[in-house]
Amino acid sequence: MSAPTNASNERTSESTADPSEGGGFFRTVLSVLRRWFFGAIRRTRDWWSDTRRTLTEYVGSYWGRVRGGDIGSLPAITGLIVLCGVFSVLRPVFFSARNFANLTTQGAAVTLIAMGLVFVLLTNEIDLSAGFASGVCAAVLAIALTTFGLPWYVAVLAALVTGAAIGLALGVLVAKVKIPSFVVTLAAFLAFQGVVLMLLKEGTNISIRDHVVVSINNGYVPPLVGWGLAVLTVAGFAAAQLWQRRGRQSQGLEAEPLALVLLRVGGLAVLLGAAVFVLNLERSRNAVITSLKGMPYAVPLVAILLIVGTFVLRRTAFGRHLYAVGGNREAALRAGINVDRVKILAFVICSTMAAAGGIVAASEARSVDPNTGGSNVLLYAVGSAVIGGTSLFGGKGRVVNAVIGGTVVAVIINGMGLLGLSSGVKYVVTGSVLLLAAGVDALSRRRATATGNR
Amino acid sequence: MSTPPLLALRGIDKSFGSVQVLHKVDMSVYAGQVTALVGDNGAGKSTLVKCVAGIHSPDAGEIRFDDSAVSIASPKDAANLGIEVVYQDLALCDNLDIVQNMFLGRERRSRLVLDESTMEQMAAKTLDGLSVRTVNSLRQHVSSLSGGQRQTVAIAKAVLWNSRLVILDEPTAALGVAQTAQVLELVRRLADKGLAVVLISHNMNDVFAVSDRIAALYLGHMVAEVATADTSHTQVVELITSGRSGQLGQAADSDTASDYGLNGTAL
Repeated sequence: MSAPTNASNERTSESTADPSEGGGFFRTVLSVLRRWFFGAIRRTRDWWSDTRRTLTEYVGSYWGRVRGGDIGSLPAITGLIVLCGVFSVLRPVFFSARNFANLTTQGAAVTLIAMGLVFVLLTNEIDLSAGFASGVCAAVLAIALTTFGLPWYVAVLAALVTGAAIGLALGVLVAKVKIPSFVVTLAAFLAFQGVVLMLLKEGTNISIRDHVVVSINNGYVPPLVGWGLAVLTVAGFAAAQLWQRRGRQSQGLEAEPLALVLLRVGGLAVLLGAAVFVLNLERSRNAVITSLKGMPYAVPLVAILLIVGTFVLRRTAFGRHLYAVGGNREAALRAGINVDRVKILAFVICSTMAAAGGIVAASEARSVDPNTGGSNVLLYAVGSAVIGGTSLFGGKGRVVNAVIGGTVVAVIINGMGLLGLSSGVKYVVTGSVLLLAAGVDALSRRRATATGNR
Repeated sequence: MSTPPLLALRGIDKSFGSVQVLHKVDMSVYAGQVTALVGDNGAGKSTLVKCVAGIHSPDAGEIRFDDSAVSIASPKDAANLGIEVVYQDLALCDNLDIVQNMFLGRERRSRLVLDESTMEQMAAKTLDGLSVRTVNSLRQHVSSLSGGQRQTVAIAKAVLWNSRLVILDEPTAALGVAQTAQVLELVRRLADKGLAVVLISHNMNDVFAVSDRIAALYLGHMVAEVATADTSHTQVVELITSGRSGQLGQAADSDTASDYGLNGTAL
C-alpha cells in the first residue's frame, strides 16, 4: 500500500519542484520520502507484531483460564460438534435444511425456560416448578383465547403476567419467608401440575386456532427480512464492540486489540450468515405447490431475548448484583445490596421466561393439554442451562449458556428420534448427558478452587 | 491533643439480653493517627466496632463524629458519615474482579448502563494513591489473588469512598510475614493521608509497628487509652489480660474497679 503512494508523491514533488533549487532540494525531498516510506513499513511491521503478540497473549490467557477450570461452554460446544457429526453419519437426513429448521422449533420452548433458569441458578437457588409454570401460563393463554375469545396480544400478556405473578410468589417465599427454594419450587411443581388439570377441566385438550399465536412457532420469517435481521445484528454487535473499545481508549485504559474485535465480529457474521442461509433454503418436498423457506419466528425471538438477557447480566447493576449474591451472599449484604429483592426479581424473570416458553410450546403443538410443560420439560431446561456451562453452585453462568445447552438437548432428542430409538434409551441417554454436564461443572469447580480461578 | 477527635465515644453501654457487653466505654479516634483497639476474646471489641458501623445500636451513650452528636442506625448511615469497616473475613466476591468488588453495591452508571471505564479508572487511581503495585490486572478475579492482595483490595475498597474513618478488623490475622508487612505499610499510609484508622489486632508486633495510640478493652471496660510511645509491650499485655498495669488501667480508676468487682479480691 505504501509503495504506490510513495511513487506518486515522488512524481508530484518532481513536477512542482523549482529547477533552480538544484540537486540539494531533490535530495532532501528524497530522503524525507525515503524516511517516510521505511517508517511506514516499520510501523506496519510493528503493528502486526504487536497485534500478533497481544492476540497470542489473549489466546494464552483464555487457555490459562480454561486449564484453570473456567471452561464455560467449551464442553457443550465440543459435544455439539461431536453429536452433529455422529448423527449426520448415521442418519444423513439429520444434516438437512428441513431438520435444521425442525431443531430450532423443537428446542425453542425448553431453551426459553432454560434462559430464565440461568437467573435463578446465578443466585444459587433453583426453580423446579418452571416446567409446570409454563404449563399453567400456556393454559391461561389457551383459555383467554378460546373461552373468553380475547385478542392474541391480551392473551399473551395475560400468560406473561401470570408467569410474573408466579415468580413473585415463589421469590417472596424463598427470600422473605426463607424456605429453601428446592422445597418451595418442589411444592409448586406438584401444585401447578394440579392447577393445569383444573384449568383444563380434568384433562381436556384446548386447541389454539389464533393465527398469530400459532405462527409464533409455525411461521417463518421471509428470507429477505431474515437477511436484514442478520445484517442488523452483526452491524449492531460490531458498533457496540467498537464503541466500547473506543470508550476505554479515550479514558486511557488498556483496550482489546482491534484484530480480536474484528475476529469476533467476523465469527458472528459467519455463524449467523450460515444459519440464515440454511434456513432460507427451500425445504418443501414439493416447492411448486407450497414453498417453505425462511427461519422460524422462534429464532429471532430467542435471539432478542438472548441479547436483552445478556445486556441485563453484563451491563446493569442488577446483573452485577445477581453474580454477587450467588458468589458471596454475605459480601453482597455488607455492600448494601438488597439481597431479597435481587432474589425475588430473579424468580420473576425465571417464571416470566417460563411463560414465554409455555406460549411457544402451545404454539408449536397448536394446543394445550395437561402435559404441556410437564413430563421432562423442566429436566431438559435445567439440563440445558447446566450443560451449557451455568454452575449449579451459583455465581457463574450466562444466558448464552442456556442457548448452547438447549441446542445440545434439542440435537440429542432430535437425533435419537431419527435413529428410531425407544423412549427408554432416550431417557437414559439424556439423563447420562445431564449427569455428565453436572459432573464437568463440579470437577471444573474443584479445579478452579485449587488454582484460585473460580 | 489540641485538635478534637474525629470520632468520640462517650459512655457507650450495650447489652445482649441479660449480658452487658460494653460498660460506659469512652474512646477517642483522631484523624491522621492509627488507634489500635486491643483486648482479649470477648472483651467487646467487635461489639464496639459494630456500634460504630451501624450494625448494633448502643443502649446508652453518645457517638460524636466531627464534633457533633450523630446517630448511626444502619451501615448506610455509617457510610454517609465516611466510616468504612474492613471485616476480618473480607467480604469480597470471588467470582467478580477487583474493580467489580471495589464498586459492589455502589456501581457508577451512566443512565441504565454500568460505567465500567470510569470505575476502572477510579479504582486504578485509588490503588495508585495507596502505592499498591502488587496486582497486575484490575480485571482479574479476586479468587486468583493472594491473601495479602485480597486484604489490599478490601482496604482500597474502603478508601475509595472519600472515607474519613477506616476500621480494620484483624487485617493481618491470616497473612504471612511479607504480606503482613505490606498490609501494615498500607495501614500506615492511610493515616499519613489524613484518615483516622482504627486497627483491631491481637498481634502486639503489629500494634507497636503502626499505631500511634492504644485503646485497651477488658471485659467491656475501656481500661486505658495511651500513646504507643509511652507504653511497653508488657504493659499492653497486662492491660489485655488483667485490665491493669501499674499506674494504668483499673487500679487507677476505682470507680470502674468496684463496679464489677472482679479485680483485686478474687484474683
